[in-house]
Amino acid sequence: MSTARKNSALTTLAVLVRDTLTSQVVTLWKVFRHLWVPTDTVQYPEQQPAMASRWRGRIVLTRDPDGEERCVACNLCAVACPVDCIALQKTEDESGRWKPEFFRINFSRCIMCGFCEEACPTNAIQLTPDFEMAEYKRQDMVWEKEDLLISGTGKYHDTNFYRVAGKAVAGKDKGEARNEAQPVDVRSLLP
Amino acid sequence: MSELFYAGGLIAIVSTLLVIVQSNVVHALIYLVLSLLAVAVVFFSLGAPFVALLEAIVYAGAIMVLFLFVVMMLNLGQASRDQERAWLPPRVWIVPCTLVLVLLGMLLPQIFEIAAVTNSPFVEVGVKAVSAELFGPYVLAVELGSFLLLAGLISAYHIAKR
Amino acid sequence: MGWIEWQVGSGLNIASILLVVIVVAAMLIWVERRLLGFWQDRLGPNRVGPFGLLQVVADMIKIFTKEDWVPPFADRFSFVLAPTIIMIVILLSFSVVPFAPGVGVVDSNVGVLFVLAMASLGAYSVMLGGLSSDNKYALLGSLRAAAQMVSYEVFMGISLLGVVALAGTFNLREIVEVQENGWFVVPQFVGFLIFLIAGVAESHRLPFDIPEAEQEICAGYHTEYSGMKFGMFFVGEYLGLVLISSLITVLFFGGWHGPFGIGLLPPLVWFALKASAFIAFFILLRAAIPRPRYDQLMSYGWLFLLPLSLINLLVTGVVILAAN
Repeated sequence: MSTARKNSALTTLAVLVRDTLTSQVVTLWKVFRHLWVPTDTVQYPEQQPAMASRWRGRIVLTRDPDGEERCVACNLCAVACPVDCIALQKTEDESGRWKPEFFRINFSRCIMCGFCEEACPTNAIQLTPDFEMAEYKRQDMVWEKEDLLISGTGKYHDTNFYRVAGKAVAGKDKGEARNEAQPVDVRSLLP
Repeated sequence: MSELFYAGGLIAIVSTLLVIVQSNVVHALIYLVLSLLAVAVVFFSLGAPFVALLEAIVYAGAIMVLFLFVVMMLNLGQASRDQERAWLPPRVWIVPCTLVLVLLGMLLPQIFEIAAVTNSPFVEVGVKAVSAELFGPYVLAVELGSFLLLAGLISAYHIAKR
Repeated sequence: MGWIEWQVGSGLNIASILLVVIVVAAMLIWVERRLLGFWQDRLGPNRVGPFGLLQVVADMIKIFTKEDWVPPFADRFSFVLAPTIIMIVILLSFSVVPFAPGVGVVDSNVGVLFVLAMASLGAYSVMLGGLSSDNKYALLGSLRAAAQMVSYEVFMGISLLGVVALAGTFNLREIVEVQENGWFVVPQFVGFLIFLIAGVAESHRLPFDIPEAEQEICAGYHTEYSGMKFGMFFVGEYLGLVLISSLITVLFFGGWHGPFGIGLLPPLVWFALKASAFIAFFILLRAAIPRPRYDQLMSYGWLFLLPLSLINLLVTGVVILAAN
């Protein structure tokens, strides 16, 4: 019994010494070698980071290929938003197109989750690879429609909601949309 | 060196008085550490640097740390401070102070007599001299002291094991 | 009488040592952050001034202009006293360190003991800081600090005794002079290792920063500290680092003597080189080794380092007796 205990004490000591040499000393040497490993740091203001095109950054409102606003004020983005930072009000212009009267994103609440982009049926709201949005006043973090709206189509070039939708707007009556049949005249019996 | 002696002595006396009158136990401990360090300075000024530093290491550095350690465990708050104050109103001090003053009055002439006789020059007692004394004539006392410490060690081990 | 004879340098010498030590300790804040950066494939602070050298100045301005706040629930007397203790105690320890021939403050016959005494008084800083903060994390931190520092002082002292026995003196300057023809690290390698480990534990730096383990107990004993009071703890830690490195240089690596009697460089440069190497090693320890658990630290100390240091002292004594 006593020899066994003595052996176990010696084994513990041997294990301790071996661990110190194989674990701690090797660790020290491996970390020390990192002195010659090139650094991963990006020197930010002088050296811009490489941004992926699908980076979820500053939110924009895009236009369709015709140059009209894509947003139809359906409020799905505001519903999807987990932090409730999107506020908008629907209105209708003289051509019959639905659009937001105001569209407000509070970027001090926004968490750049991209749920609004996924919810959007018309690809109007999109996230862009831009993160430099610091402001000195908190109120300046609230962006209005004029600030959000860009003149291009963003990431999705072909989406044009009113060209495929059945809604009649100025310059496109019912049945004139892409792949759309003429409306059925329910009062007529003719085939 | 006599200025150092008197300065150290004065600080030791004042801080020891403060230890007694403090109601906050942590402050009392701080003053006790100060008092021990002042005594170390006194030893140093008398030419015993080894003893002075042992005083600082063992008493001020180790034993008082353990005192403070215990105080940390006790969780003493405002209540204990108030209790301390309630237990020690000024009139309690009258009798002990008188007795101490009587003792001091008896001691003072003796002290001055000794001071007049042994106003010896400053001689430094180094580490070697102290060690030679300890392991020469006083080896029995050292061994007995180590026995005592060993007994304390074993009993502490026994208590901790339960 | 006595202390005048012990004095080594002039008043200017003493003042410049004080200045250099404090400036070096402050610069270490920057050095440590840059070295840690390189060892983690980062750059570290490189913006303020050339190579980020003025980062220290920026930090100082920040720390001095911060609100000097004492919590209303804290014990004000001990709270203010605690951070000053560590600064004073470590700066006092530097007074016995022999930097080079003729450079130093005091040539004390009990220098080694003086350093140990100051190290043991340093424990009050962390204990009072934690106790007076009246905060559970601070209290936990200072409880850990007290046990750790009191324990590792023991091994530190015993590991030094081998050197003292070989040199036959407690005087640090004489210890360096004895090492002219051979450093004590060779006969006292075990003592050196124990002193190194105990030194890290005593200055409670990573991997033994258990009193301030951020992940477990906020910032430990200095949780409630801010502004320059925190700054004193902070600089005190780096002063401790410089002190431990200087002591290792003095006690085990021949102080100002070059290796194998090489005298190419001035003595002060040799000293600075060796001390900086150890400072860099301590920073490497911080970068590489994870923190042990509290009970692991204590059992490692009492069950492994204590017997080892006692055996080391015993063997040293036997060898010295046999040689005589």
